[in-house]
Amino acid sequence: MAESSRSHGPDGSVRSGISRRTFLKHGGTSAVGAALLEAGAAQAAVDSSMQDGANEVLGPGPIPIDLTINGRRVPVQAEPATTLVDILRNHLGLTGTKIGCDRGACSACTVWLDGQPASSCMTLALDARGRSITTIEGLADGDNLHPVQQAFVEHDALQCGFCTPGMVMSCAALINRKPDAGIEDVKAAISGHLCRCGTYPNIFAAVLAVASENRRRGT
Amino acid sequence: MATDNQAPIDQPPLRSQSLLYGIVGQETRQVTRQVPADEPPQLPVNAELRSIGKPIRRLDAVQKVTGTAKYTFDVQLPGMLYARQVVCPWPHAKVISIDTSAAESYPGVRAVHVLETLLQTARLRDPEAEARNKYPTVRFAGQTVAAVAAETQRIADQAAKLVKVEYERLPHVSELVAAMDDEAPIVFPGPVEQPSTAGGGGAPEGLPQKGNVRGPNFGMPGMTPTGDIDQGLAEADVVVEAEYRTQVQTHVPMETHGIVADWRDDELTIYASTQHTHSVRDEAAEYFDLPKSKIRVISDFTGGGFGAKYGINNFGLLAIHLSQKAGAPVRMMLDRREEHVSAGNRPNSLQRVRIGAKQDGTLTAIDVISWGTGGIAGGAGIGFCYNALYPCPNMRTEQYDVFTNAGPCAAFRAPGQVQGIFSLEQAMDELADRLQLDPIMLRERIDTKPTDDMLARAHERKIAAERFGWDRRRPPNSDAGPVKRGMGMAQAQWVYVVSPPTTVEVRIADDGSVSVYNSAQDIGTGTRTVLAQVVAEEFGLDAENIGVYIGDTRFPWGPPSGGSRVTASVTAPARNAAYAAARDLAARLAPLFDDADPDDIFFAGGKVGVRGNEGAARPLKEAAKEAKFGEISKLAKRHDDYEGFVLSGETSISRHGLGGVQFAEVAVDVETGVVKVERVVAASDCGRPINPKLVESQVIGGIIQGVSYAIYEDRIMDATSGHQLNANVDQYRMVGSRETPEIEVLLIEQIGAQSSTDARGIAEASNVATSAAIANAFYNATGKRIRTLPMNPANVLAALSA
Repeated sequence: MAESSRSHGPDGSVRSGISRRTFLKHGGTSAVGAALLEAGAAQAAVDSSMQDGANEVLGPGPIPIDLTINGRRVPVQAEPATTLVDILRNHLGLTGTKIGCDRGACSACTVWLDGQPASSCMTLALDARGRSITTIEGLADGDNLHPVQQAFVEHDALQCGFCTPGMVMSCAALINRKPDAGIEDVKAAISGHLCRCGTYPNIFAAVLAVASENRRRGT
Repeated sequence: MATDNQAPIDQPPLRSQSLLYGIVGQETRQVTRQVPADEPPQLPVNAELRSIGKPIRRLDAVQKVTGTAKYTFDVQLPGMLYARQVVCPWPHAKVISIDTSAAESYPGVRAVHVLETLLQTARLRDPEAEARNKYPTVRFAGQTVAAVAAETQRIADQAAKLVKVEYERLPHVSELVAAMDDEAPIVFPGPVEQPSTAGGGGAPEGLPQKGNVRGPNFGMPGMTPTGDIDQGLAEADVVVEAEYRTQVQTHVPMETHGIVADWRDDELTIYASTQHTHSVRDEAAEYFDLPKSKIRVISDFTGGGFGAKYGINNFGLLAIHLSQKAGAPVRMMLDRREEHVSAGNRPNSLQRVRIGAKQDGTLTAIDVISWGTGGIAGGAGIGFCYNALYPCPNMRTEQYDVFTNAGPCAAFRAPGQVQGIFSLEQAMDELADRLQLDPIMLRERIDTKPTDDMLARAHERKIAAERFGWDRRRPPNSDAGPVKRGMGMAQAQWVYVVSPPTTVEVRIADDGSVSVYNSAQDIGTGTRTVLAQVVAEEFGLDAENIGVYIGDTRFPWGPPSGGSRVTASVTAPARNAAYAAARDLAARLAPLFDDADPDDIFFAGGKVGVRGNEGAARPLKEAAKEAKFGEISKLAKRHDDYEGFVLSGETSISRHGLGGVQFAEVAVDVETGVVKVERVVAASDCGRPINPKLVESQVIGGIIQGVSYAIYEDRIMDATSGHQLNANVDQYRMVGSRETPEIEVLLIEQIGAQSSTDARGIAEASNVATSAAIANAFYNATGKRIRTLPMNPANVLAALSA
C-alpha cells in the first residue's frame, strides 16, 4: 500500500495476512472501498473525547461547541448529536462541503481535521473540538487557488461538480503530504470517493500535473 | 412549450446555398441546401475559428473547485423548513387510513400532507378501476405516502415516523421472470399507459396487456416489422441465436433528487435539481392550477441527472403542498436510499436474438424479442439500435414491458439502447467469428445506411483500430495462465435530436458588454461554456467576457438536458442571435468610423474597427459609450435542420444519428471470476465539437458509466420482502478510481450542413457501446461468451463453466 497512514480494508484491518480470496469476498461489497476515516483521525477523536472526562453528560439540548474552522475560532450552539457537516452547512452556511450518502461511503463530505481528510458526515462536531478544521472554502489563499484547485480547473477534472469539493480536499491533502505523488498515490487518495460523471482520469491528470511541477521545482 | 415571440417566423423564406459537408481532414465536399434567409453565413472549420472549437476552461470550474457553486441541495432561504417523506414499507398494499395527528402536534412540525395523486407510475387506462380508493395504491416498497415539514431535518425525520398508516397488504412480485407467469400476483388491476419524458422511455398508447405483460411494442415509428423472418432465416448460411440478460441499474447522481418550494402570495418559486427547468414549471402549473407565468423555476447547478431528473415528482408535489400549508419555503431532498428506490432506474432485460446472414456477411434476418421491467413504470424496451444500425430486409423487434412491484424506471443515458447494443453488438461479434471475418470487416460490409453516423463510424473504425492496436488481437483464449487478456470492439448509435422551440436572447448593454440568456440548465455538460464560446465568436471576444444566464424559466425557453440535445438546440439560435446583435451593433457604431459600411465593421479582442484600417480600431467599451445606443436585444429561435426532421415537435429527430466506436481490452481471472477493464479507446463524433475538452470529458464519463454497468452495478431486490437490499453506495457497487481503465478519446469534426453551428450531442452515444465492447473482449480473452450482466464473479464463473 502506498500510504501507511491509510487503511483501505473494509473493516479497517491491516491487509497483510488476508488471503486474496478472503479479501475479494469481503471487499466485494464495494468497488470503491467504503472506509475513508483515517485510522489516525479516528484514534485522535477517541483521545479527545476521553480527555473530556468519561462521566461528562452533554445534551440532549444544545450545548456550546467551540470549533476552529479555516483558521478562525467559531463558537456554535448545537445538540451533542450534531455532525460536523450539519454544523458547517446548516449552522454556518458553509455549503461547499456536500453530503452524498450520509454514511461515510462516498466522501463528498471530506474536510480536513488537522490537515488529514475526514468524512464530516461521520464526525460529531464535539469530536472536532480542539482540532483545526479546513473546509473547501478555506483551501484557497484568498484569490489564489490551491495548486490542486487550479489543476482541476485546467484539466477539466469536474463535470457536475457535486463530488468536486471532497475530491479536491483529498487530493490537496495528498499533495501537501507527498508533493511528488504518483498515479497509485492519487488512486489511493480518492479510492473512497465517488464521482458519477466519471471524472477520475482527469483528476489523475490534474494531480499528477501538480506533482510533476513540484518535482520540477524540487519541492 | 415555447412561448411565441417576435423573432421566429414559423416558415422563414429560404435561400439555396452551397455548404461545406463532411469529415474535416478526411473527405469534404460542397452540398446545396435550402437555408432560412436570416441564417448567418456557414462557419468555417474549427481550425479557422477563434473561440468555437477551442478547448477552453469550463466557465464555472472555479466555482466548483472552491465550493461556491450553489446547488439546489445548498439553497438556504430565511425561514426555510425541512421535509421528510413517509414511505410505505410494503411492496404492495392498499392504504386503509392515515392518522397524521401525532406528527402534526410534534414540536417544531409546521405542516403535514398526504399524497392524493401519484406521479412516476404507469396509469390505469380505466380511471374508474381504483376510483373508490381514498389513497393511491402502494405498488412498491418505498413508495411515498405523505410528508412532514419541520423546523429542522431531525424534527422532520422524527415526525415522519409518527404518521400512522394502516395498510391492507396485497401479494407482490418483484422479479422479471416471476412476474411474466400467468399465475403471478398482478401489479395493476388493468391495462396501463406510460408517456415518455424528455429523456426518453415510455411506450405507445393502447398496447395490449395480459397480467403484468404489456405489448408487443414495436418501438418508434418506422420500426414496424418488415419482410418475412422465417424466409430470411431459411436464406441464411449462418444463424446466431442466443439469450441475453441485463440487470437493473440505478442513476446515483451525487446530488439526489430534490426541490426547494417557496409558495407565497400566489407566486411559486421552485429551486430544482433538474434536467429541465420548464418541465418542473409545467408540471407544477398542471397540478396546482397556477398560470405558468406565476411560477419560476431556478436551477443554477444540478449535481448530475443521467435521465432521471424531470418534472416535479411525488416529492415535489408534497413539497409544494407543504410550502403552501406552512406559508414558508420547504426543502425536500431525497436521501440516498430514497434515491435508489424511488427516483428512477434503467430497466433490466431478457432478450432473445436470432440473426441470419450469408457467408459474405449480408444480413438476411434479424428477430428480437425482449422483456424488461421498469417496476411500476413502462418503458423497458431495448431501444432502436436493431433498426438503426444495420439494414436488413427481414426484421422484427418485439418488445414487452413487464410490471413488477419495484420502483419506477426513468430514462437513463441512452434508454433502451444500452441494453439493445449489448446484445446486438455481441451477436455481430459472434456472427463475424462464425463467418471467420474480422469484426471490423463485417461492419464495413453491413454498416451501410446513408446517414452521417454511418460515415462517422466508417472513419472512426479506422482511426480507433489503429490507435488501439487492433492488429495485435490474438485468437480467442490465447493465454495459458489463469489471467486471460483479450480485445473487443463495438459500435454505437444514438439519435440526433433537437428541440426547435429553443429560443436564445443575446443582449449588448450600452457599455458594449455582451450577455446571453436561455432557461436551459447545466447538469455538468458545459452548457454555460459552449453558449459563451458561440456568442464570443461573433464579437471577437473571449468566452469569459460573455455574461451567461441560464437555468431559470424567466429566460427564453431552453431544451431539456436529455436525449443529447442541448448543444445542438442552443448553439444555433445563440449564434444567430449573436450574429444579428453584432450586425446591429456594427450599424450603430459605423458613424464613429467616418460612416463606414457596417459590413466592414469588425470586432476583435475587445476592440471595434474597420477592415482595411485595423490600426484605427478602438476599445469596444469606449466606442459603445460614445455611440449611446441604449441596449441591443436579439432573440432567435432554433430553426429546423436545413434538411428537416423525420419527426418534428418539441423533440425533433433527424434521419441522421450520432455514431461512435469503442475498443476495449480486458483481463479475466478465470479462477476468481474477476474482470478488469484495462484500456478503452473511443472514437466519437458530435458534429462540430464546440469545446473538444468538454466533449472528451463527457466521453470519458460515458465510458466509465459503461464499464460500471458492465462489471459492477446491480440493483438487488429481495423477492420475499420486495425490498432493495443494496440501496446505498457502499453495497451498490460502482467504478471508483481503482477500477477506472486507461481511456483514450479520438474526436472527429464532422460538418453536417444542417444548422448554423452544426453542433450535435455526445452524452448518450459515448455510453452505449462500452458493455458490448467489453463482452466481446471477454470472448476474445476466454473463448466463452458472457451474455449476462453484470460481469461479476458469479456471472463470469457461470459463463466460463457453460
